[in-house]
Amino acid sequence: MDKFETLYEALANLDGFIYPNEIALNWDLLIVMYPYITGLVAGAFILASLNRVFDIKALRPTYEISLLTALAFMLVATMPLISHLGQPFRFYEMLITPHLTSAMAIFGFVYLWYLMVVLLLEIWFDYRYDMVIWSGEKKGFMRFVYRALTLWVLDTSPESRKTDEKIGYFITVVGIPSAFLLHGYVGFIFGSIKANPWWSTVMMPVIFLFSAMVSGIALVMFIYMAVNYLRRQKTDIFCLDTIAKYLFYILIIDFTLESLDQIHRIYEADESFDILKLLVRGKLFFTFFIMQIGIGTIIPLSVLGFLQFKKPRERIRKILYLIVSICVLVGIFYMRWNVVIGGQLFSKSFYGFTSYKVDLIGGIDVWLSVLWFVIPFFILAFLLWLLPPWKKAEELPHE
Amino acid sequence: MPLQVKRLLLAFAVFIGIMLGLKYFLTPDSWREYGPYRGKALIEIADKVPKYVDMETCIMCHDSIGELKIQGLHKSIQCEICHGPGYLHVDEPEINKMKLPAGSEFCIQCHARNAARPDKIIKQVDAAEHSEGENCISCHNPHEPWL
Amino acid sequence: MAIEKKNFSRRDFIKHTSMFAGGVVFVSLMNPMKVVYATKKPEGKGKWYGIAIDIEKCIGCANCARTCKIENDVHKEPFFFRNWVEQYTITNDDEILVSSPNGGIDGFEQPVPEEDIYKTFFVPKMCNHCAKSPCTQVCPVGASFESPEGVALVDQTYCIGCGYCVQACPYGCRYIDPEKGVVDKCTLCYHRLKDGLDPACMMACPTHARIYGDLNDKESEVSLFIKEHNCAVLKQQLNTVPKLYYNALSQEVH
Repeated sequence: MDKFETLYEALANLDGFIYPNEIALNWDLLIVMYPYITGLVAGAFILASLNRVFDIKALRPTYEISLLTALAFMLVATMPLISHLGQPFRFYEMLITPHLTSAMAIFGFVYLWYLMVVLLLEIWFDYRYDMVIWSGEKKGFMRFVYRALTLWVLDTSPESRKTDEKIGYFITVVGIPSAFLLHGYVGFIFGSIKANPWWSTVMMPVIFLFSAMVSGIALVMFIYMAVNYLRRQKTDIFCLDTIAKYLFYILIIDFTLESLDQIHRIYEADESFDILKLLVRGKLFFTFFIMQIGIGTIIPLSVLGFLQFKKPRERIRKILYLIVSICVLVGIFYMRWNVVIGGQLFSKSFYGFTSYKVDLIGGIDVWLSVLWFVIPFFILAFLLWLLPPWKKAEELPHE
Repeated sequence: MPLQVKRLLLAFAVFIGIMLGLKYFLTPDSWREYGPYRGKALIEIADKVPKYVDMETCIMCHDSIGELKIQGLHKSIQCEICHGPGYLHVDEPEINKMKLPAGSEFCIQCHARNAARPDKIIKQVDAAEHSEGENCISCHNPHEPWL
Repeated sequence: MAIEKKNFSRRDFIKHTSMFAGGVVFVSLMNPMKVVYATKKPEGKGKWYGIAIDIEKCIGCANCARTCKIENDVHKEPFFFRNWVEQYTITNDDEILVSSPNGGIDGFEQPVPEEDIYKTFFVPKMCNHCAKSPCTQVCPVGASFESPEGVALVDQTYCIGCGYCVQACPYGCRYIDPEKGVVDKCTLCYHRLKDGLDPACMMACPTHARIYGDLNDKESEVSLFIKEHNCAVLKQQLNTVPKLYYNALSQEVH
């Protein structure tokens, strides 16, 4: 009986009518984490690309940090999904016998493409020369590790570095559409479900993409400040200003797209509108209006907008940037929450709602979600120790 | 071709080779027999033993009751709706007894007055008013109901 | 970074990206809309099962729901149903009240006094065994599929329990089995069909409100019923092509 306790509680608190099978919410907090973490990956990578492809020099100090952040989160990106499965050890079937009409099956390959071909390769070409140098400096086991990481290619000639540079650049170019694809695809997983009017919109992949960029940029901004604080280094305020500028622009686009989606729903007011109106005004009021729109959008937009015109002292700016990045990260988390949980709160019969309570104490999904969000930071710390951006060799001079 | 590219291509070839090998060994036997799913699943699902055995099977032994019932208003109701599934009883009738319905509560599942019930199809009563707590079967024989 | 800026300009970036995007579009044009539907009605004269439910005959006894739970070992808790009955009551004030206490198994009560009722009726629900089923379309591993006879089935030894099909079913006909960790749903009693027995719910219906049969056979009971009655399907606008036809379906029913 214990197992069904929360379900009986939900049953006792139903609003209106709901199909009996809909009382149980199948996609819990872990599925909220999944698009959230994937979004952070895509966003961090896009920020790295801004520096490299669009040659925005002010962003140079964050280039490696963004890439390593993207990699750290990418490595666990599928874990919320897998640990949520009813049969987690059967996940390999998705790669062995993918069902080609399923958005989720293709995601496995989009993920592998992005991880193996884009992220790992770009980092590899970026660090290959340095790893060769470091393998020469180190002794014993670490020497072997760096050697193995270079795949035993010990060429340090300027020609080989030029080749690295060229290929790395090409991969970044391929990487931008790949990052778009990766997160657009996550949006498509939700947007393609015609049974659910809260999800089923062509805007979904685009909104997911831009919110991903927003969250990824905010995360790198946060990590960049945190790393400098921990290393007792001075943060390059010009770099932060530039990140903030891009965060501001993309946040505007993101907010516009989301507003457009809502305005479109409100004006079209199709058969699902009445129930969605009740959903947003009722069950989602706090997470939607307060967290997503208020804390996640309005506050960062006004602060960043203000900073475009007035520049207070460096210290104040840094504090503001720190607050903004946290606000954005929280806001985007609630955006995912509103999509994933919100989409399951109302009945597909359009006649009522179920409820979802996060079980903070005993909820296994909560612990796993926290775990999958914390682990990437440890991975990142390890990566920064293994491949420290601040010990990289000087770049080759421009010809 | 630069050396590092050659090494990388080799590493990727190894990776793709492992993936293809896994795909070859882990794909189930009857995959794509009918479509992109395990063909054997159809047999496995069909292999489950039915629990409700059908009225004809009941009448093989209980022919007198069957004949009575088939003439009455309850003729369209299968024996097992009231008496429970018969698959165990058919095999070992002495050990596995069929159940008897639990009195009036059972009858009013169909016969309680409800505006949503079409009057033409089913006789309805206000149970409390109609029987005053008396068990339905003390007046009505469910195998040969009268009005 | 960026040693040879001259070789790669923004124009190159746009060129590369558009080539990539163009390739994707080209591939999808070569093979237009081919992989969209997971199921395809098989050619030839095999069986193609369909169901018809006569709402005018349903008395809301929920014997269908009860027998289904027993026959298919469905969990007794009121959150797991392959088959259930809903009671619709529309009041004179145009308020729509729907209820399905324990799927109808616990019996129904009218929420409003009889003089306030505009109309009221029962609607039995079950898997629609859609011809273009959205649930089998989204299954990532092919554990959910439509059998050659048009019955939507789940291979429970292969299902990974992701719940994507549960989200994709517009009719709420699927659930995750809490013990097996895999999805479960109506099989139209596939195991009984093979033995020549009727599905449990069809057998259990005392008023013969439920009919099933071969839609390919135009003389079958179900085909004739659909021909002679003015039938409708649920959520037609979603183009899932349900094979569950309701006679006398009110437009309030979703």
